[in-house]
Amino acid sequence: MNLVGTLNEFVGHYNQWIVIFLMVAGLYVVVARGNMIKKLIGLSLFQTSVYLLYISPGKLLGGTAPIIAEGFTVYSDPLPHVLILTAIVVGVATLALGLALVVRINEAYGTIEEDEIFSRNDQD
Amino acid sequence: MLALVDQLPPLLVIVPLFGAILAALARKGPIAWGIAQIVAVAVLLIAAALLVQVYYVDTISYRIGGWAPEIGIEYRVDRINAPILLLVAAIAAAIVPFAFRSVAAELPEERQAWFYAMFLLCLTGLLGIAITGDAFNAFVFLEISSLSTYTLIALGRNRRALVAAYQYLIVGTIGATFYVIGVGLLYIMTGTLNLGLIAERIAEIESARPVLAALAFIIVGISLKLALFPLHLWLPNAYAYAPSFATIFLAATATKVAVYLLARYIFGVFGIGFISSALPVNQVLLLLSTVAIVVAALVAVYEDNVKRMLAYSSVGQIGYIILGLAMATASGVTGGYLHILAHGITKGALFAAVGAAVFRNGGSARLGDFAGIGRRMPLTMTAFVIAGLSLVGIPGTVGFLSKWYLVLGAIELGWWWLAAIIVLSSLLAILYLGRVVEVAFFREPVAATARAAEAPPSMLLTLGLLTAATVVFGLRTDLLAGSARAAAAALLGTAP
Repeated sequence: MNLVGTLNEFVGHYNQWIVIFLMVAGLYVVVARGNMIKKLIGLSLFQTSVYLLYISPGKLLGGTAPIIAEGFTVYSDPLPHVLILTAIVVGVATLALGLALVVRINEAYGTIEEDEIFSRNDQD
Repeated sequence: MLALVDQLPPLLVIVPLFGAILAALARKGPIAWGIAQIVAVAVLLIAAALLVQVYYVDTISYRIGGWAPEIGIEYRVDRINAPILLLVAAIAAAIVPFAFRSVAAELPEERQAWFYAMFLLCLTGLLGIAITGDAFNAFVFLEISSLSTYTLIALGRNRRALVAAYQYLIVGTIGATFYVIGVGLLYIMTGTLNLGLIAERIAEIESARPVLAALAFIIVGISLKLALFPLHLWLPNAYAYAPSFATIFLAATATKVAVYLLARYIFGVFGIGFISSALPVNQVLLLLSTVAIVVAALVAVYEDNVKRMLAYSSVGQIGYIILGLAMATASGVTGGYLHILAHGITKGALFAAVGAAVFRNGGSARLGDFAGIGRRMPLTMTAFVIAGLSLVGIPGTVGFLSKWYLVLGAIELGWWWLAAIIVLSSLLAILYLGRVVEVAFFREPVAATARAAEAPPSMLLTLGLLTAATVVFGLRTDLLAGSARAAAAALLGTAP
């Protein structure tokens, strides 16, 4: 019985488990990869997980879109959507700037592998 | 006229934002510089007007678009952030003259206008973080300032600037995302993003665990931005390879605003009582800041690049600020808050002096290339010495003031060992700054410095303003200490 309860608890929060998985996976890629593009992909994944963290609790089961109309009293929270719209813009800007930097680094060093760049910096 | 006064809080952010667009459209470096200077002075006047209003009338609360704080964004100026706003604006206004020659020398012509646009965007972000009373709005401004900072750093001449900017982008984005995770958890628990309302509702929450997670995420996230040891690794390279002007601006303002945000969350949102009963945050911050003070100073002693030396010194100085906040007593918080202002001015002056020297010695920040530069540039290096004395904390300078309160705070708590560490680590500052002074004044000039002349008047103006500020505020102790005491009282909730 207790096991079923725990399992229910686990499955009931499945959205949050997905968030945590994406978050940790993204962060792991950032830390573990030496390729600068892959790092940025990990970073993007990490940021995207936060979008879900915000949006999924905003949804109410049986809730409608937040429009004032006759007969509807339960509606989803619109604020997280607006916030995440902003966060998506920030994420896109960050990714674009990061990629632009990688292009410039590739022009300057001829590589985008971090350890090669560090060894070239040490030789200077 | 009255209506304009009411609109000052949003204008503080809008003026530099539109200034950035104008600077980008100007295309020509000198025109963009003129725009930056006008905007910086305008922002300074607005910040000063806000400060006067807060001190002589009351706390300002501005509702964007007229929405109630529950839903909309509130700009809030009180005794805690008004001095920070004035610091950022004053530093910006004081250092733009420096940029005229420095940026023209360090950047290719077609990028100069963009550089000023990025500077003004960064200013927008920093002022926005300090003025907003909305947790998510603070994130947006944090990212505006961060993204423009990455660009400012990447415009450095050395190709290592690109790598430094990339690394800062990775770390800074992780920090900002941690912060926004924390804010998300707070929103889920309290249903609001207004810092004041979160603080009210946090006490009524039954399950403390998500709030604790939010606390941890927010503290770690902001600590990444303010370069708290051991999360400081991005800072030395970023400061060392950014254009001189960007380094001055970032060192004097960016980390300080992040510290303010941290203080706001610890004291104003979560409340020090809740924090100390739930997690050993104070002890951890105390430990990390103490280690930062000692280790960063030791690293600085052995550093051969003057910019990196000062950057490591910054890591240590941030340690002092956090140390004061972690004491959570009236004297400690006053000292920490005072050190935000004092170190902003002092480190701005030091980096300006180094920037001027680098401008004249052919662009090298290596200690060896500073040999004899004190004889060629006596005014610049004298300013370096005066600002250096303030960094060490010699009486009569503003640095003494904040260290005095920090030591006082440590002694009041009975932590004599901490008082000893604060004093002894200040002596380490003598060691590393002394190396620069020794090389600059007592060595024969080398090839790089043989033909160096005194810095141009525009740079000396910046240098003079900042150095004079370290002395004036050090002698007229009531000016800064009074506002720091008021801010500390407001932070600790003991304000009348």
